Amino acid sequence: MSLKFQLTNEEINEIEKHKKYYENFRAVSIEALKIVQKKRGWVSDQAINAIAEILQINSIEVEGVATFYSQIFRQPVGRNIIRYCDSVVCFLTGYINIQIALQDHLKIKKGQTTKDNRFTLLPVCCLGNCDKSPTIMINEDTYSFLTPESIPCLLESYK
Amino acid sequence: MNKFLRIQETHPLTWRLRDDQKTVWIKEYSEKYGYQALRKAIKEIIPENIVNIIKDSGLKGRGGAGFPTGLKWSLMLKNKMSLDCRYLVCNADEMEPGTYKDRLLIEKIPHQLIEGMILAAYALNVSRGYIFLRGEYVQAEHVLKKSIEEAINFGYLGSNILGSHFNFELVLHTGAGRYICGEETALLNSLEGRRANPRSKPPFPAVFGLWGKPTCVNNVETLSNVPCIILHGVDWYKNLSKSSDCGTKLMGFSGKVKNPGVWELPFGTTAREILEDYAHGMLPGSFLKAWQPGGAGTDFLTEAHLDVPMDFIHISKVGSRLGTALAMAVDDKTNMVSLLYNIEKFFSRESCGLCTPCRDGLPWIVKILKNLEQRKGHKNDIHTLERLCINLGPGKTFCAHAPGAIEPLQSALKYFRCEFEDGISIKTKDINQQIVGIQSNLS
Repeated sequence: MSLKFQLTNEEINEIEKHKKYYENFRAVSIEALKIVQKKRGWVSDQAINAIAEILQINSIEVEGVATFYSQIFRQPVGRNIIRYCDSVVCFLTGYINIQIALQDHLKIKKGQTTKDNRFTLLPVCCLGNCDKSPTIMINEDTYSFLTPESIPCLLESYK
Repeated sequence: MNKFLRIQETHPLTWRLRDDQKTVWIKEYSEKYGYQALRKAIKEIIPENIVNIIKDSGLKGRGGAGFPTGLKWSLMLKNKMSLDCRYLVCNADEMEPGTYKDRLLIEKIPHQLIEGMILAAYALNVSRGYIFLRGEYVQAEHVLKKSIEEAINFGYLGSNILGSHFNFELVLHTGAGRYICGEETALLNSLEGRRANPRSKPPFPAVFGLWGKPTCVNNVETLSNVPCIILHGVDWYKNLSKSSDCGTKLMGFSGKVKNPGVWELPFGTTAREILEDYAHGMLPGSFLKAWQPGGAGTDFLTEAHLDVPMDFIHISKVGSRLGTALAMAVDDKTNMVSLLYNIEKFFSRESCGLCTPCRDGLPWIVKILKNLEQRKGHKNDIHTLERLCINLGPGKTFCAHAPGAIEPLQSALKYFRCEFEDGISIKTKDINQQIVGIQSNLS
């Protein structure tokens, strides 16, 4: 028998805190998804139901939101999320070589997670760093003026 | 922001920036005449007059569309209904490829934006505002959180601001990643916790916005301009510009240039001046082939257009849009079909999927460009692309996403048609001779 999924008190408190900033609870759905994902890495079906319950809206509506936004993951991901900018200025300055270096080093393709669950590789729209391109983001850190040679050393610092 | 002599009189948005690139927090901001405009406004100016000042200043929206800000504000005041509940939203969802100006303003000088928002709220009788910040801007989120707290502690946000009866609460809301959230009405849907599909207009947000209440949505750079206009007046602001558009604009060049960056310059500065004097020209060994004036959704221009003044009117006269005014230089070694393939993949990936022309048309464009890039194109491909440009153009889709997406494509087809023709496979060039039978469906 599997245990019933429950949000932690910390998660519930954080979601409740955000409710006061908006005219209705639905508006908290994106933030709630982010709160849950921060703790668990991704958002499961059970988490969707739990969020729907706390916000008093239909779980289908939470699901609709969760599948729309690119930062919400509906499948497990690695401990570290690598987002490489594949937009036009980074295209001109050679993001493709950065992508190849990342893929070669991690032995995965975009959208995949390494076998040891250490990294997930994803593309991202322009990171607003065009004057310092090519640029990538690992978790919450942004790295600029990258070269393919700098990739292995950079990844080493993320366990 | 690269080092250039910046003074208050000529660089209202950036003169406070520190040379060490660190954030200007409230103490330093206050020392540099920060929140003086707010004090002046609350003591001396009635809200309606602030709207009139902004109207007279000629300030236009800096998010890309260039809609007159004063006019947008006056629409809010015309709506006398529900005066007790109305909203101000700052659009900080900067995601246009090639655009990096709002990030600078938020991360380096956040109080300028906050002061602009408080002034806007005072003018529009708004008691709650939201900053809709892009989810990926984590650093900006930390900076804004701290700045809002600072502003509360100094009595600039909250109840009875500076001893007046004016109350304003500012909430930071972060997105979760979707380009379409930058569209005014899609942003409102996202803020309400829905999928970011655009809403049909009219009614405009000034009438029916966030939760059905009158709402004003302004870009980060637009709001950052408000304090200096209130402080120094309309005439000074108009005189900053070299053209009919008033004030200064954050402009820049990125791509294959020696010194990519962003600079605050008067409207009417030519692209050549920015490219040569500020961006120090093209990288060694490369030549300018094409450039986009302001983001991925603007038409390409060529070297022949470099002397056009950068402002809304002149850039539109040569067949493009000023957009965000952060230009991108393409060098002679870049294949335009490959470049367009990249741009259209972005727009296709970011379509919200609400309306058919955009949802189906953009992947179709991507498919054709991929074939052309691999030299497997069909004889009719260019014709199909041209037809798609018409069918995804202004008025054919729900919002401006698809019309923006086809702008670079239609201009590339105009200036670099031969590169598209090169992508057509030799095998399909004589396709007419391969058709057998009297009727097309008779095999």
